[in-house]
Amino acid sequence: MELFTNQVLAGIATGAIYACMALAVVMIYQAIDHLNFAQGEMAMFSTFISWQLMQWGVSYWAAFIITLAFSFVAGIAIERILFKPLAKAPVLTNVAGFIALFAIINSSAGLIWDFTIKQYPTPFGSSPFLGSQLISTHQAGMIGVTVLLLLGLYFFFQYTRIGLAMRAAASVPESARLVGINTSWMIALGWGMATAIGAIAGMLIAPVVFLEPNMMGGVLIYGFAAAVLGGLTSPFGAVVGGFLVGVFENLAGTYIPGVGNELKLPIALALIISVLVVKPAGLFGRQIVKRV
Amino acid sequence: MSAAEEVVGEGHEAVEAVPKRAMTLGTGTSLLVLVVLLIVPVFVKNFIIFQMTMLLIYGLAVLALNILTGGSGQFSLGQSAFYAVGAYTSAVLMEHANINYALTIPISATVCFGFGYLFGKPALRLSGVYLALATFALATAMPQLLKLNFLEHWTGGVQGLVVTKPDAPFGLPMSQDMWLYYFTLLVTLAIYIFSVNLLRSRSGRAFMAIRDNEIAASSMGVNVARYKTLAFGVSAGITGVAGSLGAIAVQFVAPDSYTITLAISLFLGMVVGGVGWLPGSFVGAAFIIFVPNMAESISKGLSGAVFGVLLFLVIYLVPHGARQIAILGQQFADKLRRN
Repeated sequence: MELFTNQVLAGIATGAIYACMALAVVMIYQAIDHLNFAQGEMAMFSTFISWQLMQWGVSYWAAFIITLAFSFVAGIAIERILFKPLAKAPVLTNVAGFIALFAIINSSAGLIWDFTIKQYPTPFGSSPFLGSQLISTHQAGMIGVTVLLLLGLYFFFQYTRIGLAMRAAASVPESARLVGINTSWMIALGWGMATAIGAIAGMLIAPVVFLEPNMMGGVLIYGFAAAVLGGLTSPFGAVVGGFLVGVFENLAGTYIPGVGNELKLPIALALIISVLVVKPAGLFGRQIVKRV
Repeated sequence: MSAAEEVVGEGHEAVEAVPKRAMTLGTGTSLLVLVVLLIVPVFVKNFIIFQMTMLLIYGLAVLALNILTGGSGQFSLGQSAFYAVGAYTSAVLMEHANINYALTIPISATVCFGFGYLFGKPALRLSGVYLALATFALATAMPQLLKLNFLEHWTGGVQGLVVTKPDAPFGLPMSQDMWLYYFTLLVTLAIYIFSVNLLRSRSGRAFMAIRDNEIAASSMGVNVARYKTLAFGVSAGITGVAGSLGAIAVQFVAPDSYTITLAISLFLGMVVGGVGWLPGSFVGAAFIIFVPNMAESISKGLSGAVFGVLLFLVIYLVPHGARQIAILGQQFADKLRRN
């Protein structure tokens, strides 16, 4: 039983990473209706920026804030320059655009900061949390930040005019335009916010997985899986999905014989797909009703 | 954003409606391309022949995805898994059972058809990004499954298997590469003709009806479940043949040759060639084979970035892929004829 609780706790700790990433994925999906394959690379690049700032002697929190601002602007710029011209192109062409962006960012980061693994500091310290060997203070801090972020987003979307406008622009663009919402800029804003959230995720994950250009590969896959599991239309679902995927993965690795590290991912994905077969819109997603 | 909230709106189409006539080339152009493909190998070096063989093979794999996505509107990131199954079927049959390479191809087509058909069953309930995730899971699982211990006797585990390249039969005076090229060309031609006819048949019309409007299709009596799984089966079968040919051409199969990267390449090939335009598959295949090499020759350190920029250029200039160029060319030719 103790093994079980320990594994669940460890799963929640890794789940926090996936939850962060899933939140960023859902944010951008809300704004543009696509899964952004380059999201992980964008987060990685932001994390490198903050690392570089710290190398230049900027304190952690100053670097944190500067990186957030930079990511927000960069996200908007990417949308305006690269993806706005593709707005009328077929969906699959957009997906190809994300893959191209992925390649560009990954290879540029490799060239600027090379592929060696770098240590990344944590503001929370890494001593055991409340005497538990499995959760460190950093991981507890990460869970805390994720929850705060989620609450912040909830209030933003529910109680601010601009949050309402973003929701309107995402769900019924035509009607939103008719009531005077600039839907095109709402999309750009969505990109900016998603990139900033991705940057937070990156900076929280980096102390755990270490900083290098390919650090996000695995994390993004789990983030997608978590977002899809929770329902792509629900930020809350994304966070719950993230924790569930973390726990699934750990339990599968512990209890199913013959499952090493290599098979953890396929098994977690298989489990998610079986959930989707039963609930096609994810656990917390809303059913999309199509007009015939 | 409550869970019960309903969104009533026009769901935008994931895949454009391409009329079936617009999915192929005219007879004259097709014959011209065929003649070029037949003659060129006589004049070039073995390495270029090998690259042309790979072009046909990847072209077949992209064609298979095109039937699935452009034809029936289902999206797949798992093509690398079907490719791997085809490659391993041939490799295992050739190396362990000493079966002639040509005979392994129909066998791997059948095996992959069955695999794709069965995979299509649970995937029926999923569409769009959810289907993308399911197929993606398949693609990430496949290399790991091939490495499993109890299969190691057959698959060679992480090491993979070495495949012997066949000689030209009947004492034909040809290099192995050239024979394999003509053999691949023959198979490709047969599959291409099969695919064109498939899309013009009753089944093809059913695929396209499902792609354009699933509900309308089912109310007109199209058995949606049957045709969707059939599309998966056919696509997997053709991909399997491509995998077999690929294994014979490269002379080697290993789990890590068939990762998600391959599936993404095939997807890019389809987009560059034009979704739903079958001849475009081969243009797309040329893109995914040659452009990465080109990017590497422009800048070693930044090859990924150069590739990304080139890809962006292509999708800006022709968001509908090579099909757009073909349509423009045709309009231009018509104008010339009228003058």
